[in-house]
Amino acid sequence: MSTTTTGTELGADLPERRDAAGEELPPGIGPYALAWRRLRRNKVALAFGALFLVIVILCLLAPVYAHDIAHTGPNDQHVDTALDQFGLPIGPTWHAKFFLGADNTGRDVAVRLLYGGRNSLQIGAEATLITMLLATIFGVLAGYYRGATDGLISRAFEVIWAFPVYLLGISLGVVLAISGLDLGFIHISGSSLLITSLIIGLIYTPYVGKSIRGQVLGLREREFIDAARQQGIGNFRIMFHEILPNVSSTIIVFIPLVLANAILTEAGLSYLGAGVRPPNASWGTMIGDGIRLLPSAVHTMLVPGIMLMLCVLGVNVFGDGVRDALDPRARIRIDH
Amino acid sequence: MVGVLLAISILTFLIFTAIPHPELQIAGRFPTQATLDHIRHQWGFDQPVYERYLTIMKLVFTGKIISYTQQVNVVHQLWVLLPVTASLAIGAGIIWLSLGILFGVLSAWRAGGWLDRWLTVLALIGVSMPVFFLGAVLSYYIGDKLGWLPPGDYVKLTTDPWEWFKHLILPWLALSVLFIGVYSRVLRSTILDTVNDDYVRTARAKGLNERQVMTRHVLRNSLIPIVTLFGLDFAAVIGGGAILTETVFSLHGIGQYAAQSVQALDIPPVLVITLFGAFAVVIIGAIVDILYAVLDPRIRL
Repeated sequence: MSTTTTGTELGADLPERRDAAGEELPPGIGPYALAWRRLRRNKVALAFGALFLVIVILCLLAPVYAHDIAHTGPNDQHVDTALDQFGLPIGPTWHAKFFLGADNTGRDVAVRLLYGGRNSLQIGAEATLITMLLATIFGVLAGYYRGATDGLISRAFEVIWAFPVYLLGISLGVVLAISGLDLGFIHISGSSLLITSLIIGLIYTPYVGKSIRGQVLGLREREFIDAARQQGIGNFRIMFHEILPNVSSTIIVFIPLVLANAILTEAGLSYLGAGVRPPNASWGTMIGDGIRLLPSAVHTMLVPGIMLMLCVLGVNVFGDGVRDALDPRARIRIDH
Repeated sequence: MVGVLLAISILTFLIFTAIPHPELQIAGRFPTQATLDHIRHQWGFDQPVYERYLTIMKLVFTGKIISYTQQVNVVHQLWVLLPVTASLAIGAGIIWLSLGILFGVLSAWRAGGWLDRWLTVLALIGVSMPVFFLGAVLSYYIGDKLGWLPPGDYVKLTTDPWEWFKHLILPWLALSVLFIGVYSRVLRSTILDTVNDDYVRTARAKGLNERQVMTRHVLRNSLIPIVTLFGLDFAAVIGGGAILTETVFSLHGIGQYAAQSVQALDIPPVLVITLFGAFAVVIIGAIVDILYAVLDPRIRL
């Protein structure tokens, strides 16, 4: 009589299995399939995940909206039609043109919102990718080899993490925007979005890396690692085939968390002028422009802000759902 | 600890050496080549990198360091701006710690109930909003439109305590929301985990009433991660981490000073503030470790 969730509702539709004697075996299901089933039952998480997807799709369709619906580009200034007699931008018209109003130079807010969203989401995604890559590589290396390797990597994590986050971000942001990044074989221009992605990715690496390292430290003492070593399997194969699959649920749980924070950090950096710079726009720069117009034209600030909030909320709630699905007893420690 | 601070100072300095012509920041408008050369020599920009680093670190530690753009002593400037950031940090810290713990306990107490659900929703919304957006919304709607509270600026405590308080309420709220969201959820999950631990069963079996079980055992252990988080977050805010809040509300504190200095490519303030911030984090981390031993008798220093 099975009392786990595997045996009751979640595994209800699995095919019956029988052993050699014809006795019924409990239904089998792997951990990821199980997590997926749990996630499917979490309607709220799915709804917010869909919200995030809708926002992403809208932003990807920015050129379509600009060209076919609003008939204006993100940087086209319509001073004559978009500003009222006081020179203040018009509010939302809820029509095809200037659906969400205009900003102080006559640009269509809705069009800019979608184009800016592409930048914000692109930076968020790139930064998340960078963080997860670096954190996994260095976390696993540090946890597996320990000793001097661990010492070096952990010190590096500590130094980066002890930096007041925004100070590091704006210092790097401002300096690299001027000089670009030139590492001999890699040349990135100062106005590229990749610079901001790299900075944000670097900032969050210690956070995830420490968690992964902690988990690997525990994993390496387990029997299956001993068994693998005794079989003569080399270190890299062990790390890749034995350790990595076991940290994968930690990685998956961290991804939405890092993505949400990356998007928020990009907005903050751009607001301070250290992230996305003109002529590029992002939700952060739009909110900043809107704030500077206060107390008039409040829609210029509210529209990108609400959009940003909905997007991050979608990621957060969905991420919570993913965490509950993969780890219902909260064994993955996110705080340190 | 010293190693970390040293590494941070070197890193910060190195970041700014990527700027090709620092003398342009000090020179006025339309400088002549002679002026630029003179500045280069006087400020030591023509020296090799490691010498410049040593010079600047010496200036920092003797308290004589001067900003590039404003010809003021940075340490003195920090001293003047510290009360603003301290007012913001301490007030917000009290609010977010007490409300975070309160909401966390309430959520865990009736876990799964409507109160828990709504508090979780609020927490998630709070965590999803960028601080400066929340600040701007509060400042606009409560400050400008309703006029209940001033939309920005800072009034010194010594000048007028009531005005000081009124000017800080909105910034305190804006800064606290994010932390309340995080703390309430961490505390809630920690309490729910602790409640199922064996020693809690033992305590109940011993005959302790529920209130004693909760305070002496469950809460004491659940508060440990909160204490760590609070130490780190508070240190970060004091060390200039409230950049966004200070900028949005025009509070002239350390954070805003740092932001302005970075944008002006003014290295000395950034260096000093970064060191100050990192130092605060490390010191408070040590204090937190000591508090650990008080809260958790299993840990011996």
